[in-house]
Amino acid sequence: MSYPTDYKYTKEHEWIKADGKNATIGITVYAQESLGDIVFVELPKVGSEITAGKTFGTVESVKAVSDLFAPASGTVTEVNGELATAPEKINQDAHSAWLIKVALKDPGELNALLAAADYEKFVAEEAGH
Amino acid sequence: MSFIIPAAQPLLLIEENLPAVEAPTPTVRKTALNPVHRQMGAKMVEFNGWDMPVEYPSAGGIIAEHNAVRNGVGIFDVSHMGDIRLAGPGALAAVQHISMNDASRLAIGQAQYSALLYPQGTFVDDVIVHRLGENEYLLVINAGTREKDFNWVRDNTHDFDCRVENLSDDFTQIAIQGPKGVNLLQKLTDATLSAVKFYWVTRGTVCGLKNILIARTGYTAEDGFEIYVPADEATSAMVWNNVLEAGKEFGVVPCGLGARNTLRLEGKLPLYGHEISDAINVWEAGLDRFCKMEKPEFVGRDALEKAKVSGVKRLLVGVEMMERGIARDGYRVLDNGGREIGYVTSGSYAPFLKKNIALAYVPIEFANLGTEIKIEIRGQGVKAQVVPTPFYKRPKKQ
Repeated sequence: MSYPTDYKYTKEHEWIKADGKNATIGITVYAQESLGDIVFVELPKVGSEITAGKTFGTVESVKAVSDLFAPASGTVTEVNGELATAPEKINQDAHSAWLIKVALKDPGELNALLAAADYEKFVAEEAGH
Repeated sequence: MSFIIPAAQPLLLIEENLPAVEAPTPTVRKTALNPVHRQMGAKMVEFNGWDMPVEYPSAGGIIAEHNAVRNGVGIFDVSHMGDIRLAGPGALAAVQHISMNDASRLAIGQAQYSALLYPQGTFVDDVIVHRLGENEYLLVINAGTREKDFNWVRDNTHDFDCRVENLSDDFTQIAIQGPKGVNLLQKLTDATLSAVKFYWVTRGTVCGLKNILIARTGYTAEDGFEIYVPADEATSAMVWNNVLEAGKEFGVVPCGLGARNTLRLEGKLPLYGHEISDAINVWEAGLDRFCKMEKPEFVGRDALEKAKVSGVKRLLVGVEMMERGIARDGYRVLDNGGREIGYVTSGSYAPFLKKNIALAYVPIEFANLGTEIKIEIRGQGVKAQVVPTPFYKRPKKQ
């Protein structure tokens, strides 16, 4: 599995891609594989604040309910509305089916997150046991 | 029983929709097909102390597995189910004493849905009672209640002239479910399956194995069969692989507990620990038609008679979400004013119906079709409605 090297990752299996202050957030391929068929996504409204490490929404598969954790703090500027009717897009291509876009409070927060190679190592260990 | 409200979890600390009924046994048990599931890349979970496949990503996952059973055929390893045999001159009387349906109506080779009840009229377990011979009955019981059920049956049949045997570890039980199941299995057996009606059993050679029990039963609200083969690993794997091979032309897929759960939910088939338990009685669960009060005696009958007179306070109802949201097991049911009135016993996205559905206990005044209620999802009341059940009914054959 290849994880884009220009993304950063959380141990809770979200990805974030930043371009200056503007960032895009989604969940990883590993996350969608573990969840199975995704059937419901609940996301914050445009204009709401998200806080690093805090929940900002929910993703549900047929069998599981999971919280989404914010990789960084910021204000929601865009929500992927397509996921309301086609949540399976995440299963099909998790690294392009983004959830929200945010204006970051402090892009420096991303330094605390995992690089692609480290995340890959992390999930290999998690999947191993 | 009381439900713990499942809080949402961080991704992958997944709240499986299949909570254990009893405290997990220290050692996780495995069916004889366990190595086969792992080899096929199944996602495994612990269910009632058993290491079982929840889905097969190679088959496309839960939704694909579910729809394969509705449209074609899917196969399940259900060897974790238990089996209790009662045999001897007093077997019928014993079965009549411990179960709520009327086993005297069974011809040899016929089966019926029934339940074992506590004296309070609540559930020890639900069972399928098969009449295998003149004085021989086989009870098929749930995985999570195997030991409890066997002890209960043994303790309650002392006074009857019959042997009670726990055959739970003797069989690998494979369910072949879906409208094409009959075509698939017919390729592998000399038994004339078209002559076996739903809820009847026969015996025949299956995959070269003689005298195999073949039951036209299942837990998917679909036509299908369950076969009982010797539980050694080599034989079990041989049969499983032969079934998959023979089913290729029908698009057969292996299915896990995830699809089993959504299939039975669409058909409103109860699951022990959810719709039925030691705290829920027969009337509340709406299983009246399987409870034969004209039988003069069975464990639980007196309490049920009294419960009927004093009136049923709550009922199991089918619920469909009207707003966005999925009701999950244990979620609270609210009235329109936000007052807690009941709880969800099972809830999920329904893969064939493409709706969010649930079963819930509500006070009888909220049980009428069309009643608007709310399900509390992450602190919010989300609109839902009481709807007819079963949610799914298989099309009648000509």
